[in-house]
Amino acid sequence: MTWRSGSYTGWGRALVADGPMARPERLSSLAKVSGSGPAIGNRRSYADACLNDAGSVIDMTRMDRILDFDADAGTVTVEAGVTLGDLTNLLAPRGWMPAVLPGTGHATVGGAIAMDVHGKNHVAAGSFGQHVQSVTVIRQGKREVECAGSEALRATIGGLGQTGIISQATLKLAPCPGSGVRVRERRMDGFDEHIAQLEASTAPFVVGWIDATATGKATGRGILEEAELTDRTPPPDKKAKSVPFDAPHAALSGPVVRAFNAAYLRRVPAMGRTRTRSIDDFFFPLDRIANWNRLYGKRGFHQFQCVVPADEADALKDMLEFIGTSGLASPLVVLKKLGAGRGGMMSFPMEGYTLAVDFPARAQAAEVIKRLNQMTADVGGRVYLAKDAFLTPEQFAQMYPDHRTWADHAAKADPDGALATDLVRRLNLREVA
Amino acid sequence: MQQTWLILGATSSMARAFARKLADQGDGIILAGRDIDDMESTARDARVRGARLAEVLRFDARDPQSFVPLIDRMAREEGTLNAAVFVGSMPPQADLDAAPDCIDGVIRDSFTGPAHVLHLLAAEIEARGGGTIVGVGSVAGDRGRTGNYVYGAAKAGFHTYLSGLRNRLTRAGGHVVTVKPGFVDTAMTWDVEGMFLVAPPEKVADDILRAVEKRKNIIYTPGFWRLIMTIIRLVPEPIFKKLSI
Repeated sequence: MTWRSGSYTGWGRALVADGPMARPERLSSLAKVSGSGPAIGNRRSYADACLNDAGSVIDMTRMDRILDFDADAGTVTVEAGVTLGDLTNLLAPRGWMPAVLPGTGHATVGGAIAMDVHGKNHVAAGSFGQHVQSVTVIRQGKREVECAGSEALRATIGGLGQTGIISQATLKLAPCPGSGVRVRERRMDGFDEHIAQLEASTAPFVVGWIDATATGKATGRGILEEAELTDRTPPPDKKAKSVPFDAPHAALSGPVVRAFNAAYLRRVPAMGRTRTRSIDDFFFPLDRIANWNRLYGKRGFHQFQCVVPADEADALKDMLEFIGTSGLASPLVVLKKLGAGRGGMMSFPMEGYTLAVDFPARAQAAEVIKRLNQMTADVGGRVYLAKDAFLTPEQFAQMYPDHRTWADHAAKADPDGALATDLVRRLNLREVA
Repeated sequence: MQQTWLILGATSSMARAFARKLADQGDGIILAGRDIDDMESTARDARVRGARLAEVLRFDARDPQSFVPLIDRMAREEGTLNAAVFVGSMPPQADLDAAPDCIDGVIRDSFTGPAHVLHLLAAEIEARGGGTIVGVGSVAGDRGRTGNYVYGAAKAGFHTYLSGLRNRLTRAGGHVVTVKPGFVDTAMTWDVEGMFLVAPPEKVADDILRAVEKRKNIIYTPGFWRLIMTIIRLVPEPIFKKLSI
């Protein structure tokens, strides 16, 4: 009853692993399998951070109970498999929400900690890990509690599951006045305007959508969304949809994406507009479409996400120009400003601008992404390990300066390397000096 | 009227999903099973979600001494008393073939143990003039198959017991819902090969709650299993005995 064998993937579906998977439903069954492989959540990282080909993994999604909620202090203690969407839906009516939400509500709390995810409020709120008060980690069969401020917790946050199995966490929440988000949308005509407005915005939540098919003067055009929580009631969400099977390759071909992007841009009037949306709809727009990753067909897709230092923003313009001429981009391109906040040694954020772009997994995509990785490295930027499939160990080492300290922690926590994943092996993440 | 539910087999994922639905509507819950630590976590979860009461008691289908304290605890609550039974064990048929002694255990886990508890509670429901019992059986109880006929036989016995109990409690204003799940995505079926149309436990919990509200007698969940099992029951025995399904 413990192990199921088969293949599984991350959200991008381009990389595949084969091996036994356990899915414990209680602590006692988790204890029996801990030590046999890394823990994984809902597999919302894109590439190989959640894969352990030829080894075992432990699916934590059934460890999903909310253990304590303190409505006065604004804290919640949960098992690691609780999804951020479920947590938000439960807490919002009681006046609280997770302080940081990534773009999908399907991510688990354990995954959000292991990736130290960020959201549309990174400048104001920092990363997910900065709101973690404590984490219970199972390592070598023992449960240990790591508290905020400790070196151990800084190794676990953003630690890619390598310091032990995250089984439970206590989070500091943010007040939530109601069920709505007041969103102001404006068209941006080009990259410079986009960056200038991101810089000028004082809204707590800010995100830019970019039409990556645009080239020349239009490079970087898109829509800037600025938002704040509100107690106004949003209109009811449209019924959730689902992609029932793999789409044919033509579904996201160049002409389709160009047409979609043009229509998406025109949706927002030239004057801009302001409307109230539901929390789900604003924070997790794509969750309304179940299995949207099937739109990329059977071969799947890759996501490239980098951050570059604030004074190197022009590097992103060069990247967008390059992507526009490659003819490969998808409709999902996001530009955000990041603050300096990061919760762990291996966290992704740095002060600057982050760009995320999806690419259908065709042969050409690998070359494009490798080039983008190098462009990122050249300006002292960083590529997000939750997304990456193409970095080299050398590029990684340059981008994550604290990795040796972290690797020491991981080596002590897991001396036999039982928690290693495909990502860890591909980039020699745990190599100790 | 204040509702209190006794959940037998509260560590199963179906029970956990059902307990959450009850907690959402503010009902009281007594979680009963063997893994106390695990049920304690589920009880905390229920309290956060709004359960009026969430307590944990030890229940072992093979230990009759654990039965009476459950009823005593339930009887202390005012209002309507209800129960939902999620217990059962399904060892691989090959294990049973190798050790026929284990058959008794399967019958006790899946049928006679919970039936004993329900019998004790039935008197209380009759005395109060109302209350609902949910018994989770299985499509495996509808016809014996080579793959799991001991488990199927235990569930078939449980179905018949529930039918009789329904007959009895109806006279006193009570009600019994027989639930026959098809394949559900639980720890019990995690490594079983050849599963299809697998339903998440939340779907089963939704269906059960709706059946309780509408006072249904027998439900299949998901609903299409009624059609599948109707066809399987209609296959004549001379043919069925040669099939491997």
